[in-house]
Amino acid sequence: MTDARTAAWMTRLRRRSMPFIGAAIFIVLWELFCQLYHVRPVLLPPPSLILQELSLAPLWFAEQAMYTLGITLAGFVVAAVLGVLFAVLITEWAVLDRLLFPLFVALNSVPKVALAPLCIIWFGTGAEPKIAIAFLIAVFAVVIDTILGLRSVPPDTIDLARTLRGSRWKVLTRIKLYCALPHLFAGLKVAMSLALVGAIVGEFVSSQRGLGYVILSAQGMFDTPRVFAAITILAVMGVLLIEAVSIAERLALPWHHSTERPAGH
Amino acid sequence: MIVAQDVAKRFGGETGVTAIEGISLSIAEGEFVSLLGPSGCGKSTFLRCLAGLETITGGSLTIEGKPVDGPPERLGMAFQRDALLDWYNVLDNVLLPADFHGERRSAYEPRAHELLKMAGLTSFAKAYPRALSGGMRQRVAMCRSLLLDPRLLLMDEPFGALDALTRDQLNVDLHRLWERQRMTVLFVTHSISEAVFLSSRIVVFSPRPGKVIEDIKVELPGERKLSVRDSAEFGHYTRHIRGLFESMGLLHD
Repeated sequence: MTDARTAAWMTRLRRRSMPFIGAAIFIVLWELFCQLYHVRPVLLPPPSLILQELSLAPLWFAEQAMYTLGITLAGFVVAAVLGVLFAVLITEWAVLDRLLFPLFVALNSVPKVALAPLCIIWFGTGAEPKIAIAFLIAVFAVVIDTILGLRSVPPDTIDLARTLRGSRWKVLTRIKLYCALPHLFAGLKVAMSLALVGAIVGEFVSSQRGLGYVILSAQGMFDTPRVFAAITILAVMGVLLIEAVSIAERLALPWHHSTERPAGH
Repeated sequence: MIVAQDVAKRFGGETGVTAIEGISLSIAEGEFVSLLGPSGCGKSTFLRCLAGLETITGGSLTIEGKPVDGPPERLGMAFQRDALLDWYNVLDNVLLPADFHGERRSAYEPRAHELLKMAGLTSFAKAYPRALSGGMRQRVAMCRSLLLDPRLLLMDEPFGALDALTRDQLNVDLHRLWERQRMTVLFVTHSISEAVFLSSRIVVFSPRPGKVIEDIKVELPGERKLSVRDSAEFGHYTRHIRGLFESMGLLHD
C-alpha cells in the first residue's frame, strides 16, 4: 500500500518536473553554444549574462514587469467580461446574431496593431490605450469560444429544459453557461496570452514604462542583454498567467476533473 | 386523458419523411401503456409530440381536452440518455424541476431525499453524476422526473442503454412505483418482454410510416416479480407479439 503510494507520488513528481527539465536542457545548450562559439553578446547573450543583467537592477525590472502585468490583467478582465456578455447576447437573440456578428468578424479582421496609434489619439498616453489594445486583441478568442460553448448543449438536455417549462433565464444560468464553461476556459487561456501581446504592442507604440518600453529603449542602445532580460520575464509571466487560468478552471469545474468513483465499480 | 385522432407527423415539408400516420388512440388516466415497435417506427416521435417537443402535422392530439401546444403541465419525462446535468450533484439534479418551476428549494428537499431513499441512492446525494454507473444515473433521472408528482410520465426507451441485469431491476422498480402512484405512463421500448412485463396495455407500431397494428390489453397478476416471465400467460403474450413482428417481416427464423 505505502509502496504503491510512494510509486504514485514519484510518478507525479516526475511528471511535474518534466517541464523544468526541458527548460533546463534548453538553457544549458544555449549557454554552451554561446561560450563555445564565442557569440558576441550584442547578437545573442548567454543565459548567465541575462541573469547578471537581471540581478543588477531586480527592483527596477520588477516594477516594469508589474506595470505590464497590470495592463495585461486589466485588458484580459475587460475582454473576458465583455466577450462573455456579447456571446450571450448573440446566442440568445438571433436578430443580434445576424445584425452584429458579421460586423464583429469584419472588425476583428483589421490588424489590431494598426489600431494602436488610433488608441493613443483617443485615449492619450496613460494606461488606458494599452488596456484598450490588449482588450481588442484578446476579446475575439473569448467571444468565439463562448458562442461555441453556449451552442454545445446536448439535444436531450435541451428537451429536458423544455419539458420542465423553465424560463430562458433559468435555461441560460442553469444549463447553457455551465455547458459553455469548458470552452470558455479554452478561450480564456488564448485570451490571456493575447492580452500580454496586446500590452507589449501598446507599450511599443507609446510608453515610458513597462517591459515593452524596456525592450524598445534597450534595443535603441544595442543593449541586447537587457532586451533578453525583459523577454525572459515576459516568457515566465506568460507561463504563470496561463497556469493561473488552468488553476481557476480546475476550481470552477470540479465535476470535470473529479476522479471519485463509488465502491464496487 | 389522452386522445389522439389520426395524428400524423412529417419532417421537412412535402418531400420530407413521414414518421407517423393515422395514429388514433385514447388513453385513460392511470394506464401504463407501452409503445412497442421496431426502431425508426415513429413511436418516439409520437411520444415527443405528446410532450410538446414536436408539433403534429395532421390530425388532433389532446390531453384532458386541450390540444397539445408545448409541454403540458405536471409532465415527467425520462430520456434514453439520462440527461443528467454533470455540473450538479445528484440532489441538485433531482431538485431541478422545482428550481425551474420557481419553487423554493427547501420546500422540495424532503421529497427529493425520500425519492433518493426509494431508489437506494441516499449515500450518493452529494456525488456528481459522472461518479455513478449507468443504472444509478437512470435512477437519478427517474427521481428527477417524479419530483413534482407528475400525472403523466413519458419515458423514451429509458433503459435502452443499460445492461440486462440492471434493466430487469429497474423494470421491477418502475412497476412497483406505478402500482403505488398510478400515474399515467407512456413507455417507448422495442423489447417485447419489457413491454409485457410492465404494461397494462401494449400498442404495437408498424415500421415507418408508423401505424398502430394492434392494441393489446395485458392481464397479468398485479404485483409482478421477475418470475412472472416464466408463466404461461406471459409466454402467450410475447409469442403473440413476436408473431405480429414476424408477419410484418421484421423477424424470421
